[in-house]
Amino acid sequence: MSLHPLFIELLQVALLIALAPAFAGWVKIVKCRLQGRTSPGILQPYRDIRRLFIKDVVLAQNASWIFRFTPYLIFGVTVLAGGIIPLISTDLPLADTADIIALVMLFVIIRFFTALAGMDIGTAFGGMGSSREMMVSALAEPAMLMAVFTVSLASSSTSLTRMVVVMSQGEFVIRPSLAFALMAFILVALAETGRIPVDNPDTHLELTMIHEAMILEYSGQHLALMEWAGMMKLTLFFALGIAAFVPWGIAAGGQPLALLMGAVLLILKLLLGGVIMVLIETGLAKMRIFRVPEYLGSAFLLATLGMIAFFILE
Amino acid sequence: MTALDITGFSILLLLGGAIACPLLARRERLLIPVAFTLAALASGGVILSGFLTLSQGLNSAATIPLGLPGLPFNVRLDPLAGFFLVVIGLVSLFVSIYSIGYVRGYLGQRPVTPLVAFYLLFLAGMLLVIVADDAYLFLVAWELMAAASYFLVMFEDERAENRRAAFLYLLVAHVGALAILLAFGVMAGVATGYERFDGYTFDAMRGAHLSPGWSTAAFFLAFFGFAAKAGVIPLHVWLPEAHPAAPSNVSALMSGAMLKTSIYGMIRVGFDLLGEFPWWWGGIVLIFGLLSAVLGVLYALMQHDLKRLLAYHSVENIGIILIGLGLSMIFTSFHFPALAALALVAALYHTLNHALFKGLLFMGAGAVIQATGERNMEEMGGLIHPLPWTSALFLVGCVSISGLPPFNGFVSEWLTFQAFLLSPALPQPLLRLLFPLGAALLALTGALAATCFVKAFGVTFLGAQRGHRKVEHVREVGPAMRLGMTLAAVSCLALGVLPTYAVGLLDRIPRQLMGGHIGAVAGRFGWLWLTPASAERASYSGPLVFCVISAVVAVTYLLLHVRGASIRRAPLWDCGFEKITPRMQYTATAFAMPIRRVLGFLFDIREQVELISPVNHPVMADHIRYRLRIRDRIWGWLYAPQAKAAFWIARQVGRLQQGRIQIYLLYSFVTLIVLLAFLG
Repeated sequence: MSLHPLFIELLQVALLIALAPAFAGWVKIVKCRLQGRTSPGILQPYRDIRRLFIKDVVLAQNASWIFRFTPYLIFGVTVLAGGIIPLISTDLPLADTADIIALVMLFVIIRFFTALAGMDIGTAFGGMGSSREMMVSALAEPAMLMAVFTVSLASSSTSLTRMVVVMSQGEFVIRPSLAFALMAFILVALAETGRIPVDNPDTHLELTMIHEAMILEYSGQHLALMEWAGMMKLTLFFALGIAAFVPWGIAAGGQPLALLMGAVLLILKLLLGGVIMVLIETGLAKMRIFRVPEYLGSAFLLATLGMIAFFILE
Repeated sequence: MTALDITGFSILLLLGGAIACPLLARRERLLIPVAFTLAALASGGVILSGFLTLSQGLNSAATIPLGLPGLPFNVRLDPLAGFFLVVIGLVSLFVSIYSIGYVRGYLGQRPVTPLVAFYLLFLAGMLLVIVADDAYLFLVAWELMAAASYFLVMFEDERAENRRAAFLYLLVAHVGALAILLAFGVMAGVATGYERFDGYTFDAMRGAHLSPGWSTAAFFLAFFGFAAKAGVIPLHVWLPEAHPAAPSNVSALMSGAMLKTSIYGMIRVGFDLLGEFPWWWGGIVLIFGLLSAVLGVLYALMQHDLKRLLAYHSVENIGIILIGLGLSMIFTSFHFPALAALALVAALYHTLNHALFKGLLFMGAGAVIQATGERNMEEMGGLIHPLPWTSALFLVGCVSISGLPPFNGFVSEWLTFQAFLLSPALPQPLLRLLFPLGAALLALTGALAATCFVKAFGVTFLGAQRGHRKVEHVREVGPAMRLGMTLAAVSCLALGVLPTYAVGLLDRIPRQLMGGHIGAVAGRFGWLWLTPASAERASYSGPLVFCVISAVVAVTYLLLHVRGASIRRAPLWDCGFEKITPRMQYTATAFAMPIRRVLGFLFDIREQVELISPVNHPVMADHIRYRLRIRDRIWGWLYAPQAKAAFWIARQVGRLQQGRIQIYLLYSFVTLIVLLAFLG
């Protein structure tokens, strides 16, 4: 028996929407443990989102339609990205909608409109956040694509499902190029999802805010959508890393048992990935904003090394 | 009527209109709609004929008994020319509709008849360049285009900076034209062995067999000449001066259409007339493309004049087009016709896309300038409220040029990336390694362009008004201007959502030029998926991206508004400071500051902070004056020494000039003696 691809697609998107807050909660729990605090529990993000949905929206007086439209757009783009990245199965009707380059550009839509929303209200904070975010992203983009290119060389394809198939069905070989690319990817992913050492998601201190500064004026259901999409984006970056570097376990077809296995393995990988991220976050301090170029420059160098390694060694 | 007839008729319509313009000079209120409707009709005809040529793969030529005795004009329409006719026709159609409203804004300020007449001549010149099939007509049309646009740049000639910009433009245009003339001379001369006159037709040049040295000379002379017109760095200096100086409808046409004629020239000379070349030609084109793309966008980011910013983005986008062109040349020389076709289609698609979104953005900038009377972004802000249409359409342009899906800029940049990723096929290991670095630079360009347009849109339209002018007096622009911009915006979206159709049409051009094609669209629901190399390699579906995002946005919105939204408006959160003013917002200069700091070594930056204190003590300062001057280094490196050298030579020559009649008589005498000695 095999499930219809459309059903798998819906299942995967539903899984992503439902489990992203739990993943954010898990990250918070691990972080609290490592820093010697008691954690609010894995359900806290759900409670936050519910509370925000109930609350009224307060809009700044000169906020335009851009400010109100952005949360919906971001949510929509994130859901689309969730339909493209193979989480539990590669048999997805939407998988061919965008290859990995187009996927990276989908995330740029999110950033573009968040930055516009930050400038819409006309406070110093919003502009500051937008300006910094765009600087970080401008420098992260080349490193990100370089890492992506290196990965795509091995499967000579930029399609994500194709990469998964080539990696998980071919025999296991240790590729030095992928090791470099993975390191570069981790560095860039930390920057793109706004984690320490580039940005601190838990702070509202004006000297260090980037992402939080842009969404400072959001409230109510708008903020709920933004937060939820943010959690989904974090999960998706992990899923992207999993699909590109450790895809073993992602089902090739639609057998229910394989799907279940895929889901369980995905959750295990996410739990492990969350711990690794928290270890990095706890081990490092937040950088000065003008140290970020060096950080992203080293990510770029690592990705380039991976590419050179591919051409020389493989 | 054949396609060639329709084009010829449209061009005659434009030329006739330009000549008839002075008849209506006293009734300008009537002249504007009549002339621009005529231009729009002619553009429609051109689009039709270009489209017919492209879709049916026509190749028709004709000889017109005009020109000098024995040197008649030749014209030809083939798929390449047809495509460029469509590009120019589309931009000029939208801009002509827009102009009906825009030029009316000048009524009462200055006579607009010259603007209308030169506008029509300019259009005719561009179209003639595309259909020309010999060097003679090509150069006549090229000069017509340059001269007409010179007068358009000079339109507001009471400002010194406009006169300076127009002069610089004319100078660079002529240096470029000279190089093109020499390139044709080399090709025509070799074709006939420097003996007959009939080598001036493109057909004769195609048949000529140039030695590698001569063919390299011809190509690089032509490349230099066309690059000067296209604004490729380092020949770009005129562009950010001339485009802002011209009226905005002309800027849209110059940036959207005129720059494309030089891309046409490069393709015509490189792929068609010369045909065979070593790979390093493509390498050099690629390097200049990358240089223009990265530096162009960085310079754009530092601007706070809306039109100058857009002008620098033209430099960037021409760079992206050249990247595709260079890749295509490299693949061609290594005999990979399918890969070369992909790169060429990417370049051509970006040509079309840039024409549309840059036309749209310049029209939008013109609307903002007409509504506010202001070009400096630092004085704007909050314009989304009084200008809802203009701002929404400008946003479409910003999203397209930033390369975000599902708009058109994304598709062509994505195709260029795919072309880059096919480099492992190349036989040279060094090239294989260097290509991805080029792709990374392209990624950097894209990300910086997004940054720049967040800044341009955010500072201009969002936030609160920064300057002293009252927003209340700003009125939305008229229906003609809105229609022109809306049509351009709709085409940007259509070309992004349904790229397969356009790419299928474009595929005929590489088939004509080098025999290769992509054959991208195949199978059931072929129109849905764009698969440039093969389905396994990469795919993109514009319709699905558009539909899924819209559907999820709509569903989320409806779900959240079932119970009736309660939205409360409140004043800005002021951190308890209570004196928050619009001056505290981020400005355009502030927005670009992080990038300026990170990549500032590429510029010549002078920053001054001055504290003004009444008691002359730095601690008690009550004003801070901040001065920032940014120049691109290329002027200092390349142009200033030349200008200095020219003046030095002029001064040395000037020593001959003594002001005494005896000395001048002596000069004549000596000259006579020397001549006699030589000729005798």
